[in-house]
Amino acid sequence: MDKVKKITKMKLFLPIFSMILVMMINVIYDIASGNPPFGFFSISINNGILYGRLIDVLNRGSEVAILAIGMTLVVSASAGTDISVGSVMSLSGGLCCMLLAGYGVTNVSEYAVPLWVGMLAGIAIACVCGLFNGFLVAYMNIQPMVATLILWSAGRAIGLLLCNSNIVYVRVPSFQFFGAYCGIIPTPILIAAVCVAVASIVLKSTALGTYIQSVGINKKASRISGFNSAKIILLCYVICGLCAGIAGLVATCRIYSADTNNIGLNMELDAILAVALGGNSLGGGKFNLAGSIIGAYTIQAITTTLYALGVSSAQAPVFKAIVVILIVVIQSQPVKDYFKKLSAKKAGAKEAA
Amino acid sequence: MKKLKLGGNNILLAITVILFVVMYAGGCIIYADKGFTHLQTFLNVLINNAGLIAVAAGMTCVMLTGGIDISVGSLIAMDCMFLAVGMEHWGMSSPVLMILVLVIGAVFGLVQGYCVAYLEIQPFIVTMAGMFFARGMTAVICKDQVSIVSDKLFTAISNTKISIPFGGYVNKKGIYQTPFIRPTVIVALLVVILVFLMLKYTKFGRSIYAVGGNQVSATLMGLNVKKTKLLTYTLCSLLTSIGGICYCLNTMCGTTTQATGLEMDAISSSVIGGTLLTGGVGNVLGSLVGVLINGTISTLVKSNGKLVSSWANIITAILLCFFILLQAIFAKVKESKKA
Repeated sequence: MDKVKKITKMKLFLPIFSMILVMMINVIYDIASGNPPFGFFSISINNGILYGRLIDVLNRGSEVAILAIGMTLVVSASAGTDISVGSVMSLSGGLCCMLLAGYGVTNVSEYAVPLWVGMLAGIAIACVCGLFNGFLVAYMNIQPMVATLILWSAGRAIGLLLCNSNIVYVRVPSFQFFGAYCGIIPTPILIAAVCVAVASIVLKSTALGTYIQSVGINKKASRISGFNSAKIILLCYVICGLCAGIAGLVATCRIYSADTNNIGLNMELDAILAVALGGNSLGGGKFNLAGSIIGAYTIQAITTTLYALGVSSAQAPVFKAIVVILIVVIQSQPVKDYFKKLSAKKAGAKEAA
Repeated sequence: MKKLKLGGNNILLAITVILFVVMYAGGCIIYADKGFTHLQTFLNVLINNAGLIAVAAGMTCVMLTGGIDISVGSLIAMDCMFLAVGMEHWGMSSPVLMILVLVIGAVFGLVQGYCVAYLEIQPFIVTMAGMFFARGMTAVICKDQVSIVSDKLFTAISNTKISIPFGGYVNKKGIYQTPFIRPTVIVALLVVILVFLMLKYTKFGRSIYAVGGNQVSATLMGLNVKKTKLLTYTLCSLLTSIGGICYCLNTMCGTTTQATGLEMDAISSSVIGGTLLTGGVGNVLGSLVGVLINGTISTLVKSNGKLVSSWANIITAILLCFFILLQAIFAKVKESKKA
């Protein structure tokens, strides 16, 4: 009994548990439909590229994983969510393609400006968006969700303006490379891995992670003990913007076009869900980056599984909603209290016996 | 202290009203040749936004308690799809369906309210799940676009024109045009008036303000905070369903992508109308003006003809930013006076 308690108390219990659950469903489904039982895990090399459902999950989940890094920090430091990331993704992709193709041009096969200029501009604008959000939250004391609501609505619209309301195609192999394959491995996986590695090294080797957590737990106390709380919150939003920029470019390169209307659509919800699924409290404070990343891939695994089960992309949100509600209900205080009371009663009954 | 609070709120509302008048007058001067001065242009803003007005009224109530409901857009899509499929595929009559839609809305709100009030989950997360759920259910009901054509009563209501005896004009062909409104406008305005009266004069309305103002003191005053929150979310979803019926009467169809982003329109209307996001301060009449400002912006952009429709979003966002900053400044001034 104690062992079970120890396992359920572990930090990564919830994300890993849900991941295993999703995989089990896959295995059961495969057995039920007469396929080899571990079809979900089989990886093969076809036409010189890695192929398999697991690779697909890792590949498609890259954007959410990158977003989850920034979202985790924002949630931790400011006890709020950045709902503008999806729009910022679209904006950064739009600006990048607009620069690469030239304004008003919808289809090019060579760059108007060097590739790095477009990429850098895309990431820079995303950082500026993060700066704007961070300024409103940290210095004007506006609720995070409301402050980011402004860019949620404006970001995509500006992206549309930049692209002249068209879909801008950039048909250049070196641009497509970032959304396609590097050798046998899909490039987005590598990009996500690099982002996660950099973030975890920075958070582990410097005191930044501790600072962020302390600001999230008590802003005032942190300020009194000498941190510049506002600056740290601002930094978190800029990092979140940066992550959104990178994710936007990955999503854009994947389809080598700036489909401003659809890039990053509802992505903010996936990112927030990843953070919640990772066992992080949405009320701020302590965070667990590894949990968020696993959470992000779990969401992608759920989506892929649903598609495999024949659920259409429009219907999939129903199941996502049920998952979200189940997770947050389990995490909620009254339910926790109830279970505590229940176990206390059991312990009391034991003692009496 | 109370006077100051009311003062700040009134200034915000006054700014909103002045902004609307200036914006509309500006439109009248610049686009006089495009018929902006006709009464009908203004009535069209009302007709096009009838659903949104009802939704914004509900949203204001939720925001007064310090919460938020982002499921409204998806709920409207689900309502529309339910109405359309019910009439076209299941052959049910429209009055029954409308009552069913209202019941669904109330139950939907009840569940969300229970999660927010009794399970103490953040409203944003709960309603986000609600938003996913409703949007997904829309596709579960039917994946394709369904147009409403067969139900006589519903089509008749949708096509009813209620003429207004004044403010007409003679158009280019020399025919006298009588200005008109749709029944949906009357429903929407009725909702606003009822919510206004409820917030001002009933015990429930006053407790909404009290809960949003300070939850702890509301509890100490003996108010049932949880029940108030539960009922507020139920009310919001119910009003959203009324808005959904109005919306459906405008579009006469159900699609899975209907009313995407409507929740943000409703929230921004309430914010522009002077509702504080922290709760406790706000007015449903302000939200009505907020919706009208939103509608006027898109009419102005349309009247220009050259601007891309995404400009409307950008202008609304800038306005939203302006009002949020104003609120923040008011809050800071209040705090410094307190100290």
